[in-house]
Amino acid sequence: MIVAIASGKGGTGKTTVAVNLALSLPGEIQLLDCDVEAPNAHLFLETALATREIVGIPVPEIDADRCNQCAECSRICQYHAIAVLGTGVMVFPELCHGCGGCTLVCPEEAIREVRRPIGVVEKLRAGNIELVQGRLNIGEALVPPLIREVRAKTRDGGTVLIDAPPGTSCSMIAAVRGSDFVILVTEPTPFGLNDLGLAVETVRTLGLPCGVVINRAGSGDDRVHDYCAAEGLEILLEIPDDRRIAEAYSRGRTLVGSVPEVRPLFLSLAEQIQDLATAVPELQAEKGRARVCG
Amino acid sequence: MPVSAVEKRPDSLPVAPAQAALAAVPELVVISGKGGTGKTSVVASFAALAQDAVIADCDVDAADLHLVLDPRTLETHNFVGGHEAVIRQSDCEAGGTCRNVCRFDAVRAGQGSNQFVIDPLSCEGCGVCVEFCPSRAIDFPERTCGEWFVSTTPHGPMVHARLGIAAENSGKLVSTVRGEAKRIAVTHGSKLILVDGPPGIGCPVIAAMTGATGVLVVTEPTVSGEHDMERVLELATHFKIPVAMCVNRWDINPEAAERIEVHGRDHGAVIAGRIRYDAAVTRAQVEGRTVVELGGTAADDIRTVWDRVRRWLEV
Repeated sequence: MIVAIASGKGGTGKTTVAVNLALSLPGEIQLLDCDVEAPNAHLFLETALATREIVGIPVPEIDADRCNQCAECSRICQYHAIAVLGTGVMVFPELCHGCGGCTLVCPEEAIREVRRPIGVVEKLRAGNIELVQGRLNIGEALVPPLIREVRAKTRDGGTVLIDAPPGTSCSMIAAVRGSDFVILVTEPTPFGLNDLGLAVETVRTLGLPCGVVINRAGSGDDRVHDYCAAEGLEILLEIPDDRRIAEAYSRGRTLVGSVPEVRPLFLSLAEQIQDLATAVPELQAEKGRARVCG
Repeated sequence: MPVSAVEKRPDSLPVAPAQAALAAVPELVVISGKGGTGKTSVVASFAALAQDAVIADCDVDAADLHLVLDPRTLETHNFVGGHEAVIRQSDCEAGGTCRNVCRFDAVRAGQGSNQFVIDPLSCEGCGVCVEFCPSRAIDFPERTCGEWFVSTTPHGPMVHARLGIAAENSGKLVSTVRGEAKRIAVTHGSKLILVDGPPGIGCPVIAAMTGATGVLVVTEPTVSGEHDMERVLELATHFKIPVAMCVNRWDINPEAAERIEVHGRDHGAVIAGRIRYDAAVTRAQVEGRTVVELGGTAADDIRTVWDRVRRWLEV
């Protein structure tokens, strides 16, 4: 079963939930850190690096001897990544999405594709957890292809947890799509509520079932609880607002390892997730019926 | 010195004398790398302290600034972010070329026996299938990916946006919001543009910060805050943008706060100060106000940070 941990708002505790849930589940767990712009799960686990591979996207390279500046390539490119200027063709690789249109359309066969690196995917090991993380190169804008490479490492069978990036745009979608269940982490504040609403709409557009974890419970107001009740969203776990938790987190310690009262909370979440696993065929039938396109 | 939030916003935005249009308006972009470090609370307070800065919420897929700045919307615009491929089922001959040329797995088997449909969530808007469909059965309409708004607030004009659910092209929407804020600032003769940036280091962040006068990195003294701050600092250096930095909730972990500042200083950042952990920050949010309007220890610290940032930007 694949469980994605997401949120609209950043900093609500996605990584905290993902890591502590991974540590509370029995058996071999795969944790995919898809927040490739700010991958943080590794900071909370004692990991050993197993493999690292460079991820690239295909970008065009022009053979100047064959090119006759017909400009078909720049006509088809929707991203303004290729332009005919005077006597030559200029490629702007950082704008290229790797669609391959220019290569296909070039009548002179003057374009071949080369790989431009955008980041790395690393596999790390921490006890019974295999952590797979993407790490975007600094200055690189294009995020979803790297997330898709991390997702491509998803193992068949067993429990897979996905730590998603914040937001509701293409990166979040790339991380969450194809999961069986989404845990939305929020906090009981107006910002938390607003962004939870956006995340719920997104997840429903994707046709995925979801539940809510409220972090820093007790710090704000009741509106997140009211919203969950009105929308029929199950609150799977509430993590109390406690300075000891904030301090443990700040030092890179896991909550289940350093705050004794939190341990049973995550064990209970783990049980709920295991119960869901037995219900996955049912969930998938539901997913099939749901509207997949937004 | 409480900030007055009396109703004094105009129904339309004032227009400055023509000569103001000649000067570029300084632009401060607040970013963090890690989400949830307090960017929006800091920006809202800066807006209240600056008075008459143009405010731009560039966290377009989880925009929150409007919840504390009480905007009244004057204009709403559709945001068109590229195109999307749509197969006309009546003309589809199911040759499968679209599926063969699509690099984004966006072409799916349709409901009919042998036709294809495009999944709009996967379509990257590249138009390659449109070009190569032998039956010319694929349309390529513009895609509306959200809305953007021009509003007035008690603290100055504000440009904000809402990215469509599961929509693409947030970077382009960020650029639209910034461009509009700049236009208003020039017309209005404003002294400052204040940008609430998105988390991360990818496309929307790059769109929010390129060409800015300076960035303020709001971070927190946690292992994640530190790790992501290093990446965002590298990003600012990469784009050659001057950086100031402040550590929010610094007293949660004073040693980490110290380490972050040393790292920042070593990389050329100006240290704009520290903000204490204060429950009033959440209370302000609950009351729909800025932190400095509510007051408290964090409010005092934010005033100090603002003062340093203002002098650093010479506004």
